[in-house]
Amino acid sequence: MGWIGESVDSIKSLQIRQVLTQAVSLGMIVTSALIIWKALMCITGSESPVVVVLSGSMEPGFKRGDILFLHMSKDPIRAGEIVVFNVDGREIPIVHRVIKVHEREDTGEVDVLTKGDNNYGDDRLLYAHGQLWLQRHHIMGRAVGFLPYVGWVTIIMTEKPIIKYILIGALGLLVITSKD
Amino acid sequence: MHSYGYRANAVLTFSLTLLAVMCAMASLSDNRNSPSPSAHVQLRSLILNVTSFHRLSLYVVSMAMNISADLQSLFTWNTKQVFVFLAAEYRTPKHSLNQISLWDGIIPSKEHAKFWIHTSNKYRFIDQGSNLRGKEFNLTMHWHVMPKTGKMFADKIVMPGYRLPEEYR
Repeated sequence: MGWIGESVDSIKSLQIRQVLTQAVSLGMIVTSALIIWKALMCITGSESPVVVVLSGSMEPGFKRGDILFLHMSKDPIRAGEIVVFNVDGREIPIVHRVIKVHEREDTGEVDVLTKGDNNYGDDRLLYAHGQLWLQRHHIMGRAVGFLPYVGWVTIIMTEKPIIKYILIGALGLLVITSKD
Repeated sequence: MHSYGYRANAVLTFSLTLLAVMCAMASLSDNRNSPSPSAHVQLRSLILNVTSFHRLSLYVVSMAMNISADLQSLFTWNTKQVFVFLAAEYRTPKHSLNQISLWDGIIPSKEHAKFWIHTSNKYRFIDQGSNLRGKEFNLTMHWHVMPKTGKMFADKIVMPGYRLPEEYR
């Protein structure tokens, strides 16, 4: 119990100047995280540069809990690429592979059909009612890199919010009681 | 200064940094591999039919083919699997590029990377218009290397000079 006692003591002995310093350092941590995220958005050109795989529809390539790094360049979309797209009326973006592409001669617009590697049929059943093709504006980015397992952190935190609050509380306490 | 909290934090930070560096190095080591894959496709039949697709009457191609490929050189120690697919690619007056995936497969390991299969087209080969009669097209073998961690790679072999039949039924 020594550690907790120490923490309580250090909270008791806080001075106004110290409190301000801690508040500033806490603010620095939050803002630097935000800066990194926004910088990634600028570099990759995608509105969410990192996504967590939530379903098993791309197994065995991507499992639930894996992390994908997205990139959205001007390059045209081609068959075989793994894209992340939003369907109207669905909140959660989907990560699937492009199997058909029709690119217009005059405007360069593309019609794209996708399919999950682990699914039997193509994605027309997942699209909005009556929608046959995805267009450019549905697509948030294409997957360029892969990191396994790391996404479990966010999956656990969204499904068991209590763990998130405990973690945030512990980190907050650590920041407040740290004396450097 | 030397509380348990600090030590735990230091150990955690160090191990995570080390893990990240190792993942980056594993991914970079893929660049040292210069693969030389080969693929060959033999069409055994190529038939043009007419089908209805969302109240449109369109040509549909049914084909049977032998696909043989040797993709063993794509595998490195950081390769989880290789996704391989065969696509028909052609130009039409309205569209500068049409890609239709015909067959695909997942190769889980190097031992399975030299294969020969005999298959019909797995996905429907239809156009957005009615351009398929007598159309010239390429067959392209694409592969996407999915790593255990890091950057994904892709490349292709283009096999030109195929033509769809003029007559349909």
